[in-house]
Amino acid sequence: MPDKKEKYAQLQESIAKHKGERGAVMPVLQEAMNIFGYVPQDVQEMIADGLGVTLAEVYGVSTFYSQFSLEPKGEHIIGVCLGTACYVKGSQKILDKLCEELKIEPGRTTSDGLFSLNATRCLGACGLAPVMMIGDEVYGRLTPDQVPGILDKYRAQ
Amino acid sequence: MENLVKLTIDGVSVEVPAGTTVLEAAKKAGINIPTLCYLKDINQIGACRMCIVDTGARAFGAACVLPVSNGMNVKTNTPRLREARRVNLELLLSNHDKKCLDCARNQKCELQQMCNDLGVDDAQRFAGKMNQYDVDDLSPSIVRDNNKCILCRRCVAACYNTQGVGVIGPVGRGFKTQIKSPWGQSLNDVACINCGQCIAACPTGALHEKDSTKKVWDLLADTTKHVVVQPAPAVRVALGEEFGMPMGSIVTGKLAAALRRLGFEKVFDTDWGADLTIMEEGTELLGRLKNGGTLPMITSCSPGWIKFCETYYPDFIPNLSSCKSPHEMEGAMIKTYWAEKAGIDPKDIKVVSVMPCTAKKFEAKRPELGHDGLQDVDEVLTTRELAKMIKEAGIDFANLPDEDFDPICGESTGAAVIFGATGGVMEAALRTVYEVVTGETLAKVEFEAVRGVEGVKEATVKVGDLDVKVAIAHGTANAAKLLDSIRAGEKTYHFIEIMACPGGCVTGGGQPIVSAQKRLECDPRQVRAAAIYKADEDLPLRKSHENPSVQALYKDFLGEPNSHKAHELLHTHYEARPKYTK
Repeated sequence: MPDKKEKYAQLQESIAKHKGERGAVMPVLQEAMNIFGYVPQDVQEMIADGLGVTLAEVYGVSTFYSQFSLEPKGEHIIGVCLGTACYVKGSQKILDKLCEELKIEPGRTTSDGLFSLNATRCLGACGLAPVMMIGDEVYGRLTPDQVPGILDKYRAQ
Repeated sequence: MENLVKLTIDGVSVEVPAGTTVLEAAKKAGINIPTLCYLKDINQIGACRMCIVDTGARAFGAACVLPVSNGMNVKTNTPRLREARRVNLELLLSNHDKKCLDCARNQKCELQQMCNDLGVDDAQRFAGKMNQYDVDDLSPSIVRDNNKCILCRRCVAACYNTQGVGVIGPVGRGFKTQIKSPWGQSLNDVACINCGQCIAACPTGALHEKDSTKKVWDLLADTTKHVVVQPAPAVRVALGEEFGMPMGSIVTGKLAAALRRLGFEKVFDTDWGADLTIMEEGTELLGRLKNGGTLPMITSCSPGWIKFCETYYPDFIPNLSSCKSPHEMEGAMIKTYWAEKAGIDPKDIKVVSVMPCTAKKFEAKRPELGHDGLQDVDEVLTTRELAKMIKEAGIDFANLPDEDFDPICGESTGAAVIFGATGGVMEAALRTVYEVVTGETLAKVEFEAVRGVEGVKEATVKVGDLDVKVAIAHGTANAAKLLDSIRAGEKTYHFIEIMACPGGCVTGGGQPIVSAQKRLECDPRQVRAAAIYKADEDLPLRKSHENPSVQALYKDFLGEPNSHKAHELLHTHYEARPKYTK
């Protein structure tokens, strides 16, 4: 893992590479996501100052697109499919149950840093609807009452 | 020769220069196309779809961004257009806090007006889930209520483009989109300069000044206090608009009369403080020129500009004149000089300023702007707030007699009135500096080169042996351009005037709101400035150093300009401020 100083140096490189380009905020934010895993305030300030745009602009872009995260990703990333088939099969209830269990809203990370919860589009496993993924693991034909048990498995790790 | 384009709008033939929008061409043809997100020269993005017109194309076009073309046949008023606009409005209303009665913009709201004009008869047609947001009222100047926001982006454009500040922007997406500052920070905690141009741009009540009327009513009811008032130059050429008078009406005499009827013990005039400012600032400039002080010297009357400089251009802090702004100078003199003359304990005096400005509310709270534990100015009302109080008091403003301001801190010259327009402080300073340096009388007191609404103005003025190079910028984005050129070493000047608001104080963030439709008809910066220059012309004395009561102040109290006592009471200092806070 590169240390903090190294990460900031990488960010500065990315800023220098894109400075002056039209729409530079997007690629730099993407690269910042790759470097830091999320785009916190000090990173966004560095991007704003580096590119000569306002922090409001950077922040606006970072909150518009769902692939940018304002907080560190959890150890385990949960994706609940809200694609048509899963949705019809009740995946909203799975998501609601996860929110309740983890005490967070979709797009957020638990305070212990263990889980990040996302609502996703079709995961391509419609035959198993409703589906969620934790990391690379796929869980299909879910019911809300299975959720706590699955989470406990990761908590125990 | 301009390239002219001929088109027909609702059967009316018009000829306009190429590049004109259909909206502007329609205005010329006597047709008002409804608008909401459009604000001439500030926000032209075709987002709200209220200005849709039928050109025979497959889809309706947004007239505010649609350029005219030869032979175009535009329809602005068909059943389909009317219905589309109505649905559009009803959708906006479905997520708008419709509590109009206690809204700051009731009866001056463009959304309300449009619902009325377009005959929206069912505000609940698309009733459903509504966003509920906390109101941000932590800033001393500006209140943001996103429950009233229609996401038109006019405030964002004013903050970002016109002012070069950009502390607000769209956050999130879809139904949850809000206009706010990064990380949801209050306007009080970000590098907002309090100029209030966002308020002037807002079509609804989503933005308004922090109310001070209740505090002022309480002061006026307190019989143990001596409550005195001072209105700024720009107030007298705009207040009339709040009472249905045409833009550009000069209401100086009625203003004084109304303030007296509200119950202020003394009705002083910030114009007196403006004349005093010229004496101090002119002397400071001559001192810097003579003694190799930091140049260019930059004016310090505009608190929006001061905070902009402290935050975004702190390297120019040594260039700022150390003079307090006119109403702060006047407040300081009221609580010392006048208090002494009237035999009143300064602790029992309350000074209320009426300003065209929301940043003055922030300025009045700056801890360094006071003396002996007392703030120089206690409360600041905007022009709009004063109008509200006059109405509440049942004063028939339009039929008031003309009255004078009270003596000692109330007499003024034409040089002070013109502080209200961009270039005015410069012109007033030049009138005095010229005569003081040369000992000659100016043949012509008007300095035309420093007037007008061009963003950055320059002039070279011969004062004795010296060619004084001056520049004027208004709107902080223009100020930034000017300062960048100085930083880069491309330009050098002796003296610079900067006003935060485009047009100067006449179009400050606390002035009567001018709707987007009205701004299509005229430029309030020019109409109100013309009134300012007319008010100057009408005065017998037009140079600050000729003000007899300011002369008396120096003789009886201060000694001379920039004396030790003057420095203690009339001058201040500045601090660099962080751009970001956590």
